[in-house]
Amino acid sequence: MSIQEIQEEIVDEFSMFDDWMQRYEYMIDLGKSLPLIEEKYKIEENIIKGCQSKVWVHAEMKNDKIEFTADSDAIITKGIIAILIRVFSGQHPKDIMDADTAFIDEIGLKEHLSPTRANGLVSMIKQLKMYAIAYQTQLN
Amino acid sequence: MLDVQKIREDFPILKREVNGKPLVYFDNAATSQTPQVVIDAIVDYYSNYNANIHRGVHTLSQEATDAYEIARKKVQKHFNAKHTHEIILTSGTTHSINIVATSFTHILKKGDEIIVSALEHHSNIVPWQMLSERSGAVLKVIPINEEGELLMDVYDQLLSEKTKLVFTNHISNALGTINPIEEIIQKAHKVGAAVLIDGAQSCPHIKPDVQELDVDFYVASAHKLCGPTGVGLLYGKEEWLNKLPPYQGGGEMIDQVTFEKTTYAGLPHKFEAGTPNICGGIAFGIALDYMNEIGFDEIAEYENELLAYGTKKLLEIEGLRIYGTSKNKTSVISFNLEGIHPYDIGSIVDKLGVAVRTGHHCAQPIMDFYQIPGTIRASFSFYNTKEEIDILVEAVKKAKMMLL
Repeated sequence: MSIQEIQEEIVDEFSMFDDWMQRYEYMIDLGKSLPLIEEKYKIEENIIKGCQSKVWVHAEMKNDKIEFTADSDAIITKGIIAILIRVFSGQHPKDIMDADTAFIDEIGLKEHLSPTRANGLVSMIKQLKMYAIAYQTQLN
Repeated sequence: MLDVQKIREDFPILKREVNGKPLVYFDNAATSQTPQVVIDAIVDYYSNYNANIHRGVHTLSQEATDAYEIARKKVQKHFNAKHTHEIILTSGTTHSINIVATSFTHILKKGDEIIVSALEHHSNIVPWQMLSERSGAVLKVIPINEEGELLMDVYDQLLSEKTKLVFTNHISNALGTINPIEEIIQKAHKVGAAVLIDGAQSCPHIKPDVQELDVDFYVASAHKLCGPTGVGLLYGKEEWLNKLPPYQGGGEMIDQVTFEKTTYAGLPHKFEAGTPNICGGIAFGIALDYMNEIGFDEIAEYENELLAYGTKKLLEIEGLRIYGTSKNKTSVISFNLEGIHPYDIGSIVDKLGVAVRTGHHCAQPIMDFYQIPGTIRASFSFYNTKEEIDILVEAVKKAKMMLL
């Protein structure tokens, strides 16, 4: 599926929820089920700065596509990462670079998008896109 | 006895809703809310006499100057400084600390020592580290125990004739511990060291007397005292302020300027370069009037009641641990729930209309001491109620249920 299609799918899922509590419960569940990052990648240099909770992201290239794994010590943050990984993992670097992230607004997580928000959703997206830029440069 | 329902009427913000729920504001240790009289003073200034001060001969400028200098007198009176010119109006505590730290650069020599407490806010650590790097003076730290209290016997050992400066907060922002500043000041003076007390957290609860404390420097912010943000004070003993060089150059702080040489203005203007936060200063004075009218003894008594109630209620939640358990503390409760990140709790209680602070509270060394990423901090003010504490407790329970 393309990034666009996955985003639409997520927007659909979230549209079933009536209130913030259901959305948060869903994110908490996503957080709990996020496949764990390998321990060896939970190192200082993989930590995303600007988050109140710790977030580790690891990226590697497989068949010209980027595979992301990540973890956080806060469960809601982990849920947000799970959504981002679902959107971006397994995609071409160029597509990740060009991706629009307006869907976050549509699923009612806009409050997490503010640049000052301590969970650093903005920093996370920026970091995933940085990996994409780095790998794209290698492909060129 | 304080009439909390009547007091709440003074604060328009307490009527608002957050996420469809009535606001419960428990982030008072970061910023207190603003009563209508202070808001009115701000509106009045910009509506009627907004002008630059200390230079114009026109009526508006004189009215603004008078109001600003009246505010300085109110600050002097509130903190009981001996002279009005010992009150430097600044942009806040951080600014005040930086004035002192910068001005000490050429007073300290390599090998001198400065002592800081382990309970400090980053704003009372970093400027001194920078001073230490510039001057070659060595920074020493008074450690804490599990209750979050300073180890005073270690302080005794750290003090020597090499000690030139000691700085500590009166009350820890992260834990609420009240430090024994009288003892800290007396002992520092015995070895000839100057003392700076950061009163940012204590001012809302305790009315300090800088002469009785015999403190050399005292700093605080208006926005913790029902005043606006961007204003604060640096109190310094006259002899110290005369001895220290100016901090910033600019207008207001000069006596004569030629390209060959400038002579500086006297106190307090020597440390007040540039146009100050005039409106903020005036509003600060009004905020002090407001709080004094309620009475600091009444405020402390009521807040202690809230602290006792909140502590008891929160501890009824299984797996909840409070950090900072000194008998001497103010209405700040820093806590965590076993197995849950403070950020998660904070996000959910916010959704339920409760404003608490989560994170390291700009006091990372304290979090490192307890080996935690941060805490949830609820800080109560005299306009909060027990019913609001009940809402917090229910919100924390709900968050726990969702997260575990």
